[in-house]
Amino acid sequence: MKLHTFKGGAHPYDGKALSRDAAIEELPAGDELVFPLSQHIGAPATPVVSVGDRVLAGQLIAEKSGFISANIYSSVSGTVKKIEPRLVATGGRVNSIIIENDKQYEEALRLHDKAPESLTSEEIIAIIEKAGIVGMGGAGFPTNVKLSPKNPDSIDSIIVNGAECEPYLTSDYRRMIEHPEELIKGLKVVLSVFPGAKGYIGIEKNKPEAISILNEMTAKEDRITVVPLKTKYPQGGERCMIKAITGREINSKMLPADAGCIVHNVDTIVSIYQAIYEGRPLTRRIVTVTGDAIKTPKNFYVYLGTSLRELVDAAGGFCGEYEKIISGGPMMGFAFFDPDVPVVKGSSSVLAFKKDMVAAKAPSPCIRCGRCASACPEHLLPMKLAVLSQNNNMEEFVKLDGLECVECGCCSYVCPAKRQVTQSVRTMKKLALAAARKK
Amino acid sequence: MDNKMLNVSSSPHVRDKSSTTKIMLDVCLALLPACAFGIYNFGVRALAVLAVAVVTCVLSELIYEYFMHRPITIGDLSAVVTGLLIGMNMPHTIPLWMVVLGSAFAIIIVKQLFGGLGQNFMNPALAARCFLLISFAGKMTTFTYDGITGATPLAILKEGGNVDILKMFLGTTSGVIGETSTVALLIGGAYLLIKKVIAPTIPFVYIAVFSVFVLIFGGQGFDMSFLAAHLCGGGLMLGAFFMATDYVTSPVNTLGKVVYAFILGLLTAIFRVFGNSAEGVSYAIIFTNLLVPIIEKITKPRAFGVKKVKKEAAE
Repeated sequence: MKLHTFKGGAHPYDGKALSRDAAIEELPAGDELVFPLSQHIGAPATPVVSVGDRVLAGQLIAEKSGFISANIYSSVSGTVKKIEPRLVATGGRVNSIIIENDKQYEEALRLHDKAPESLTSEEIIAIIEKAGIVGMGGAGFPTNVKLSPKNPDSIDSIIVNGAECEPYLTSDYRRMIEHPEELIKGLKVVLSVFPGAKGYIGIEKNKPEAISILNEMTAKEDRITVVPLKTKYPQGGERCMIKAITGREINSKMLPADAGCIVHNVDTIVSIYQAIYEGRPLTRRIVTVTGDAIKTPKNFYVYLGTSLRELVDAAGGFCGEYEKIISGGPMMGFAFFDPDVPVVKGSSSVLAFKKDMVAAKAPSPCIRCGRCASACPEHLLPMKLAVLSQNNNMEEFVKLDGLECVECGCCSYVCPAKRQVTQSVRTMKKLALAAARKK
Repeated sequence: MDNKMLNVSSSPHVRDKSSTTKIMLDVCLALLPACAFGIYNFGVRALAVLAVAVVTCVLSELIYEYFMHRPITIGDLSAVVTGLLIGMNMPHTIPLWMVVLGSAFAIIIVKQLFGGLGQNFMNPALAARCFLLISFAGKMTTFTYDGITGATPLAILKEGGNVDILKMFLGTTSGVIGETSTVALLIGGAYLLIKKVIAPTIPFVYIAVFSVFVLIFGGQGFDMSFLAAHLCGGGLMLGAFFMATDYVTSPVNTLGKVVYAFILGLLTAIFRVFGNSAEGVSYAIIFTNLLVPIIEKITKPRAFGVKKVKKEAAE
């Protein structure tokens, strides 16, 4: 059978063996939890608690402050200690609510008390919005906005992104094999909002157990199909996923809904399940802690707000010398310098590497081998865009479709001259987008 | 752990195992069968030419970079590749000082003065060959084989003579050091294709287009042995697999490569059939090298998801 995929991409060493077989472990929360007010795309949330307030687990502590924004809930019960800027894994300081955990785990009221089957589409979307659910693959786009396209009748495909194409990450994989029923129920909730749509679960071929379990469980579901995908990075990129499953192409100016698609991450779908069936807001997620500098790589079910340092300690701590720690995958994640940063809605993993491959080799001149162009899933000419970026030639950069870049990192990964192609393109893309906003 | 300095950089944080040096080393390895055959065919004098070319190229790069206070880049082996190609493009009888002159010209004038690796606008080895060909036509076109000075098979073919295709395929004929053995060049070319150092696009389109035009313009009708002689002679294989595919001087995108190889095939056939000289590969390649920026401009790939109706949108 021909596997579904897209043109371009790369095959980085996947490193998943380290944590693939580590069953999800519950990690108790620490003494202090930090909730950044901005852990989603859009406007930061507004605090609705004050210093000294007692809060319950699952209580709203910050409210969405715009159309594209999201509610934030406390994951534990305790006392609001401070509201102050705190360092986050992406490098900046973000205003955060700090809660002292009283270890009582006293639960707040459920989000709703209705029978899941009796909910209307509007009610479902309202609960998802209330639950503060955002895309948990890293981008953090509010899920309720995704579920409210301009033309709902045009949506014919609901895609669950189980590709997990980032090397080393295994959180989605563990979810799929340990809680397949929650995933399927969550997907059916979304499908009930779009009666004309079919559900697809796209999974890379390197996760055969997940494919067979979900195939088995969806055998009787005529609206859900499990689609095995070729193992290739960035298969789980939204545009590549849509191309592989439906054959349709979208560009940077389009939304997946323009191609009749809505794409959700595995953990996002499970969060939808929890909100609808259990009445629980988004307060926990699965985080993979792995890399060659982690003693015992693991997959943890953690309370949002937990410090990444506690996760590393729970995985046996660092072993030996290490040069780099990363939040997210090695291709698109953020390197950070202080492990005392909180788990947020989009934190899929913590990686620690003994050797930093980027620092190991200095960049040398481009030899125009064209490997970056072959690997680019957007079919761009990264080597040219990088030069235009360095020459500050924004006009030509935009003309060469530089804004279509998804920053997947394939160009830097394959470059034999070890040039920072992605970084150059990303820099100019940011400048060009900022300039376009000003106009 | 608290005072530890960690590395922070922009993603991606992993790199594959390839490197410029490994690519250049692969090209050197791929050239070895043809070089070895050249030495077997022409004797120790051929070895001297190859060695002088390689040493001069590496030294020129070293000296230039040293005096210009630039990072020394001889470790990337690109100068070794240039040196080998220059040596392979010389008759074994050439005075060694000419080899030195050509090699220094390739590295200093064609490569370094334009900014070093990745910046040269034409293939340095072929530029050196053409430079020497124009300057010292006599020495560059005198071919001695088994002690007898005579024409290359392609020149004989052009004069209407008969050639032994099997000998041309194996390489036991006269010519420049690295061009004679088609089989040795094909082994090297196959190695580059298998190691994915080069894409098959350029050599295959080049050879296919060349074949068609030679059959059309050659004036011999549909004569397979005439075509075979053309394919095995005149450094076509050396040019198609090793010099036309030079990364720096060929287009980066597939469609550009097709256009580039098409022009190469057409020009080589025209030069060979209608030109004064029997051979045309070198001039065809360095001329087409100059067209690469234009080719790349007109063959810009369509970005994923971006429709072709752009013009209307702009208006």
